[in-house]
Amino acid sequence: MADQTIQGAGIKIKNLYKIFGSRGSAYVEAVKNGMTKTELNEKHHHVLGLRDINIDMPAGGIQVVMGLSGSGKSTLIRHINRLIDPTAGEVIIDGTDVCQMNESDLRQFRRHKTAMVFQKFALLPHRTVLDNTVYGLEIQGISRDKQEEQARRWIERVGLKGFEDNYPNQLSGGMQQRVGLARALTNDAPILLMDEAFSALDPLIRMDMQSVLLDLQKEIKKTIVFITHDLDEALRLGDRIAILRDGEVIQQGTGQDIVLQPADEYISSFVKEVNRGRVIMVDTIATTTGGPADAGHVSVASGTTLEEAAKTMTDANQQYATVVDENGKSLGVLSMNSLIQAMVTPISHLTAAAAE
Amino acid sequence: MDWFYSFPNMNDETLRNLKKTMDEGFKAFTREYGDIIESFFEPLQYFLIQAERFMTGTPWPIMVLLIAGIAWLASRNWKIVAGTILTLLLIGYFDMWSDAMKTIAMIFVGTVVSIVVGIPIGIIMARSDSFQRIVNPILDVMQTMPSFVYLIPVVMLLGIGKVPGLIAVVIYAIPPMIRLTNLGIRLVDKDVLEAADAFGSSSWQRLKNVQIPLALPTIMAGINQTIMMALAMVVIASMIGVQGLGQPVLRSVNGQFFSLGLFNGLAIVGIAIIFDRVSQAYGKRLQKHQEVVHG
Repeated sequence: MADQTIQGAGIKIKNLYKIFGSRGSAYVEAVKNGMTKTELNEKHHHVLGLRDINIDMPAGGIQVVMGLSGSGKSTLIRHINRLIDPTAGEVIIDGTDVCQMNESDLRQFRRHKTAMVFQKFALLPHRTVLDNTVYGLEIQGISRDKQEEQARRWIERVGLKGFEDNYPNQLSGGMQQRVGLARALTNDAPILLMDEAFSALDPLIRMDMQSVLLDLQKEIKKTIVFITHDLDEALRLGDRIAILRDGEVIQQGTGQDIVLQPADEYISSFVKEVNRGRVIMVDTIATTTGGPADAGHVSVASGTTLEEAAKTMTDANQQYATVVDENGKSLGVLSMNSLIQAMVTPISHLTAAAAE
Repeated sequence: MDWFYSFPNMNDETLRNLKKTMDEGFKAFTREYGDIIESFFEPLQYFLIQAERFMTGTPWPIMVLLIAGIAWLASRNWKIVAGTILTLLLIGYFDMWSDAMKTIAMIFVGTVVSIVVGIPIGIIMARSDSFQRIVNPILDVMQTMPSFVYLIPVVMLLGIGKVPGLIAVVIYAIPPMIRLTNLGIRLVDKDVLEAADAFGSSSWQRLKNVQIPLALPTIMAGINQTIMMALAMVVIASMIGVQGLGQPVLRSVNGQFFSLGLFNGLAIVGIAIIFDRVSQAYGKRLQKHQEVVHG
């Protein structure tokens, strides 16, 4: 954490296993030696929750864990603050293994290092918005004045000013989740855990909340672990994405990695529905050769998405654009033709999907 | 085939000896520990006497105002307050004032004891399944055993009077308090509890901030039930010397005085309705955050 602006702490998950059932630890070896989920369930009536999870979540970034229901994603996020105890493995934060902490260390860790936002909001129904928001600071034993000062700041920041004295069930779902977010942010912990935080909201509100989160993250730069079942949401939010299936990580990388090189047919079946123009960046398709000499009337910054680049180019009525880095140095040339080609789903993905 | 038609019971001699041994054993226990047990309940007796002295010693207009005031503070409902005042005035007009005050004092102390003892037991029960397995059958016995049966040992130990009456009332009235506290805490939303854990609540903070407040409607229902059961016990408790509205009822049963029984019975009903409406209105007021719903 050499960079001062990054507040978050990195999270290293190593060889994490979770087997649900009365004698979970007895079967770890068997699972390590290749016993399948079905076999474990049929022979020993234990459920394999997570198998050999290894994820390195960088500090100050948004790590998305994506998977469908039953993939183990909610189980995984609950290992980070140990709401669920692992059967084997390590979760290392700031050099300490969360799985080895005793009860009072764990409580201190939860109070100061993590904050969580829940799918079903999980607000206290008998408390007002303000009293819900101060919850984390209240149990830390901070003075009421300080609690309120922090809480009011975040309530305003998430756009709920004027609702401080309302009760949760006077608010819509979207507003309740803003309270959930304000409650987590007020805690001012370096790690923010978001368990399907926006899944219960309708699509427009969900987009809205995603924008709120991205906007906030520019300022707070926390380590955010975001769980979702929605690939579009994953691609929009995630600096890095891990995809889970049946308790195993089947691919991890940046959004672009996943869209361009899906690890298997399961992932490509998701990816084929994605708006590639919003995920792939100009750097991927820029070439240093082949452009006409008069190319480069328009320039687009490195890291721009294809969609934005296309807009810039059509606005300027140009067939070519130069990709430049932060210092204005040319990295390559982009043609409208290659751009459109990259935005259209490659044939190989379509046939893979049709074969299913 | 004799055994087929008449049950092969224990022989009379053995049975008689068994009962005799048990009785003598308990009598010896009474002689040995009666005083200690009595002194143990002394604070309770003091509390009871003070409550009764206050209720009967205060001039009636002040008492009516006081009870009406409490009803107003708890319910914020003029209809309930008006009903309370009317009931009290009628009780007084039919010359049952001092008996009614004694009964209210008894119910008040019985309810306080039930709450103070019952809520902690309910909380422990909600936290431990094995404790629940032990307590549940005991509560079943307390609720189904005819009250006269447990009056016998209580009277043998403590004699006739207020304290044994109070104990009988509490034994009868406490089970709903314990059961509903347990139930209320067990029904608290798991998601909210998980959130409390995720923010690092200690188990006391979890109890105080989440479990008790969210279980409160159920706990209030338990208090309401406890009050009703305590009132129902008034007549039986009068058999072991508890003064109040139960005494005239008992007398009217013995002497076949229909109107005496009816008046006192109606007074008990009146007091029950006051307690019920006021405590329910209070319970509802605590839940005001659930009324206004996002539309």
